[in-house]
Amino acid sequence: MRPTHRRQTMAFRLGMAFLAALLGTLLVLPFVALLLDGGPLSILRGFECALTLPALRLSMETTAIAVVVVVLGGTPLAWWLARSKWRSARWLETLLQLPVVIPPAVGGIALLLAFGRRGLFGGWLERTGFSPSFSTVAVVMAQIFVSAPFYLQAAVLAFGRLNQDLLAVGRSLGASPPRLFFRLVLPLAKPALIGGAAMSWARALGEFGATLMFAGNMTGKTQTLPLAIYTALEIDIRTAQALSLLLVAFAFVLLLALRRINQQPTRSERTVTAP
Amino acid sequence: MRSQAALSIRSAYTVGSFSLDAQLDVGVETVALIGPNGSGKSTLLLATLGIRTPTQGRITLGNHVVFDSEAEIDCPTEERRMAYLPQDFGLFPFLTAVGNIEFAIACAGTGIGRRQRQERAMAYLEQFGIVRLAGRHPHQLSGGERQRVALARAIASEPRALLLDEPTASLDVGARAEVRALLRESLEHLQIPTLIVTHDEGDITALARRVAVMEAGRIVGCASAEEAARHPANAFADRLLNGVRPDPSVAVR
Repeated sequence: MRPTHRRQTMAFRLGMAFLAALLGTLLVLPFVALLLDGGPLSILRGFECALTLPALRLSMETTAIAVVVVVLGGTPLAWWLARSKWRSARWLETLLQLPVVIPPAVGGIALLLAFGRRGLFGGWLERTGFSPSFSTVAVVMAQIFVSAPFYLQAAVLAFGRLNQDLLAVGRSLGASPPRLFFRLVLPLAKPALIGGAAMSWARALGEFGATLMFAGNMTGKTQTLPLAIYTALEIDIRTAQALSLLLVAFAFVLLLALRRINQQPTRSERTVTAP
Repeated sequence: MRSQAALSIRSAYTVGSFSLDAQLDVGVETVALIGPNGSGKSTLLLATLGIRTPTQGRITLGNHVVFDSEAEIDCPTEERRMAYLPQDFGLFPFLTAVGNIEFAIACAGTGIGRRQRQERAMAYLEQFGIVRLAGRHPHQLSGGERQRVALARAIASEPRALLLDEPTASLDVGARAEVRALLRESLEHLQIPTLIVTHDEGDITALARRVAVMEAGRIVGCASAEEAARHPANAFADRLLNGVRPDPSVAVR
């Protein structure tokens, strides 16, 4: 190897390593601090705060409902979007992705303007005896609003990539549209749908801005874990740290589970053995 | 040649610069459909199946009109009762061998209990000599085994016609002969109109009574296998049927 080449290679490697290390450090150090700062005892004591349990409970309940609603409504919507040849479907697909890129606070304002007491549909809602703003229902609505696009995107992609030959075979065997959907399309898309639902759940769990705007910050009623962290910061940083670690743990477990799902080849739930 | 159960296809179809305009009658027999890549063999198969909708045409199977552009009849694929075997067998990856066959049985008749469905599926596996594979998933099967399961599944759906797309193309040489023998036996037993798209002379000799030659979206010749070899309809048919050195520009697997 020529000396100039060797020097260039060295410089190239050093430069790459330096830039990578710079970003890597910035990304990893906060987690190290979150885990270690103050020591385990004071972090554990942080959990004793009165905010913790109501927020944890509320977060679990509201995100569970939000994900169920997103999956129940998102699956047929994504199926339609993936199959529709209308131009309007492409527009709608883009529109439905908006919550991913707009700031959550904007989502909160939009929800408030739509369903708030004085909102566009708020008066009509109120006459039916139902006013969602600043209630637990508003928390769920905000979570659905920000998290649905993650599921929709995964589901539209999965449905669009289905092996068309398999669907043709299914139909030629005589599968009616519902049977084809439930017995062939859904099992084929299942890993991607589970992944989308998990991402959607993670986003709902972390939802902060839209919830604050549209649902408020009331302990036990609308104060989810991220809002409790925000409140705890003013009372005791260790409580905020403890709650943050809790959310990190959830996210970490979720990522591990997703990796396992993606590594597994698609298998059936049941295996029949020969007699 | 046209009997009660015959499959009759008149199908015209245009997409972009490609246009298909084909007429083909298949009695209770096996017809091989040959032609260079892009000549429209698969499109004709999919149009017959109802996956593609011809712009014009009429397709009948026995007494049933499954498609008629003038009468605006377009029977959906799932009601045509034509079994389709794609080149890569089309087994459902999330189901076991017996699960795949159960799928077909469940489609063919509703209101069959799970137990009974399983028993029937096992009977099909037995018929094809693959009971030992019942609990395996497609990715655990060899090519020949997959084709056996796929064929058993197609037959379990009680089809009135069979459409095969290159049934031996994805197999190694050993499995090819084995699957051909199995196909031959099954087709003789079934006695339904069968259309086989193939690039393989061995398939034609072993299975087909007649050969239809396609070129640029049209059927340019249809004759008995011997006749088709003696007076080939085009250069492609000559090469394929008379074993002349294959043209490298034409994919003959």
